[in-house]
Amino acid sequence: MTDHDPRRSMLERMLLIRAFEEKNVALQSEGKAAGTCTSVGQEASAVGVVSALGPKDRILTNHRSAGHLLARGADPGRMMAEIAGRATGYCKGKSGTLHISVKDLGVILTSTIVGGELSLATGVALSLTLLGEDAIVACFFGDGAACEGIFHESVNLAAVWNLPILYVCENNQWQAYVPRRETMRIDHIADRASAYGIEGRTVDGNDVEAVHAAAAEAIESIRRTKRPFLLETYTYRLRGHFEPDDQSYVDPGELASWKARDPIPALRARLRAAGELADADFEAMERDARARIDAAAQFAASSPFPAPEEVTTDVYA
Amino acid sequence: MPRMSAMQAMGEAIAEEMRRDPRVVMFGEGVATKRRELVAEFGGARVRNTPLAEGIIAGTAAGAAATGLRPVIDLLFAPFICFSMEELVNSAGKLRYVSGGQFSFPLVAMAMTGCGWTVGAQHNQNIEAWFAHTPGIKVVMPSTPADFKGLMKSAIRDENPVMFFADMPLLHAEGDVPEGEHVVPIGKAAVCRRGTDVTLVAYAKMVPACAAAADTLAAEGISAEVIDLRSVKPWDEETVLESVRRTGRLVVVHEASRTCGVGAEVAATAAEKAFDRLRAPVVRITGPDAPAPSSWALEQAFVPQPTAIVESVRTLVVRQREGTAA
Repeated sequence: MTDHDPRRSMLERMLLIRAFEEKNVALQSEGKAAGTCTSVGQEASAVGVVSALGPKDRILTNHRSAGHLLARGADPGRMMAEIAGRATGYCKGKSGTLHISVKDLGVILTSTIVGGELSLATGVALSLTLLGEDAIVACFFGDGAACEGIFHESVNLAAVWNLPILYVCENNQWQAYVPRRETMRIDHIADRASAYGIEGRTVDGNDVEAVHAAAAEAIESIRRTKRPFLLETYTYRLRGHFEPDDQSYVDPGELASWKARDPIPALRARLRAAGELADADFEAMERDARARIDAAAQFAASSPFPAPEEVTTDVYA
Repeated sequence: MPRMSAMQAMGEAIAEEMRRDPRVVMFGEGVATKRRELVAEFGGARVRNTPLAEGIIAGTAAGAAATGLRPVIDLLFAPFICFSMEELVNSAGKLRYVSGGQFSFPLVAMAMTGCGWTVGAQHNQNIEAWFAHTPGIKVVMPSTPADFKGLMKSAIRDENPVMFFADMPLLHAEGDVPEGEHVVPIGKAAVCRRGTDVTLVAYAKMVPACAAAADTLAAEGISAEVIDLRSVKPWDEETVLESVRRTGRLVVVHEASRTCGVGAEVAATAAEKAFDRLRAPVVRITGPDAPAPSSWALEQAFVPQPTAIVESVRTLVVRQREGTAA
């Protein structure tokens, strides 16, 4: 984050994520990139939580991870290169869009197996505890993963073992092509926290300041109580499951009502109302984000593919 | 050299490795209850009971391994691993590759397998071939108490996920076990008995079965070489092929079902790389394509017996000798 107003920094980061996702979608529609799962509409959740983490904290996330990675400071060029299967990508082109990890940034895993990140998070937190590191694990998953058995297994074990994990359920109302209301009787995953003997809370996932404050409080609680915390960011997946996706299955009224709550215009309006952001400032921020992402795409496109021999390297240590 | 059971030898290996390396931890269902001596020496933080939930046990091990610990997990009975296939296959086996080598997964997953305890199908299945077919994972399956110790030490020190399958009836049989630093390398077979007429390749409980068959065959003037693979993946091609080229005959024996089993891999390799030295077709003697039964009588019918090995070899050698005479 830059040194000026943290709200402006958060807005800049959200714009960068949006530009990144939109660029990928555009490249995909031109046949220049593989399909991808975007997190458009969920930028406030990513930026709000990640900005509350410390530099030593670890992150595990899911297939909609671009926001989490960019909020953590990942280089958009190396991310674009990874998605494009280039040797300059964070994982040498072996991950693609769905499994990027960046050890240097503490990002252990992007899991495309729904709930896979929940099963590893306990182990990462166990390492931190036994190796005496003063850090926590932030584990991002969706409402779909919260319907998997491993959600119960993970949160239960973390509670029993007093593991420092901030469970962040980004409840975006869609589980691939299945609306959440068809798979759950309850509206809020945070309600399940008491079943594991831990604290839980739901926050407006489209309000980046609210998310940041809730995450900071949750992290403080984890450090104080030595118990995991279940934070639910109530939000919405504004684009489809996997690009290209025409969203023909989505109720237009539902989509419109959530578009009206898009977290980026919401923060812009708040800053403008406070007299902290002129329209020209916002437009400059948007232009900067797009320029960074265009340069990232250029870096990816001009990067080499891995050599064929790489197909069998990195299998065993 | 002290005598002890394979169970004791494994326990000794784990204790020695925990003493040697503070990053080694152990957890699983009842681990802290059953291994009081480990809890007493290393404390409850490093030796832990878990809920009866194999998925999170394996996932926790994978996450811990990626970030600096060296977990040993006890999944009890091999079929229970069905609950942890996601974590072992998709995470432990793949994430080193997927991350471009950023992370490694030094963990050991133990489980019991094999007929002889009448525990029935849901507690007994030989699933080693599943993992032999899985990239990023190693598989060991020892037959002697000394190898249980030496391979456990290697498995704990390995930087990769290692499946450690313990054949149940072997666990309480005693044998000589070297004291202290006894390490058996993963991927190196043992030639248990020298012979000239046929090579018998086996692992786990089928090694003593082959040794018994070799005794019977020796009395008939047939000299069988017995090789214990010890590691199913990677397996020691070199030792097997060298033997097959000398004897010209190969019989592979395992308790797991036949189709796409380890025997198929060994047989195909011999056909590819030693065809010109084979004097007879390669034969596989395996368990049937059936779930493992519980009844003691049916278990004996399920498991390849020394008599079947003897019969098979006799047919191979006699046919060859008669063919030569004709």
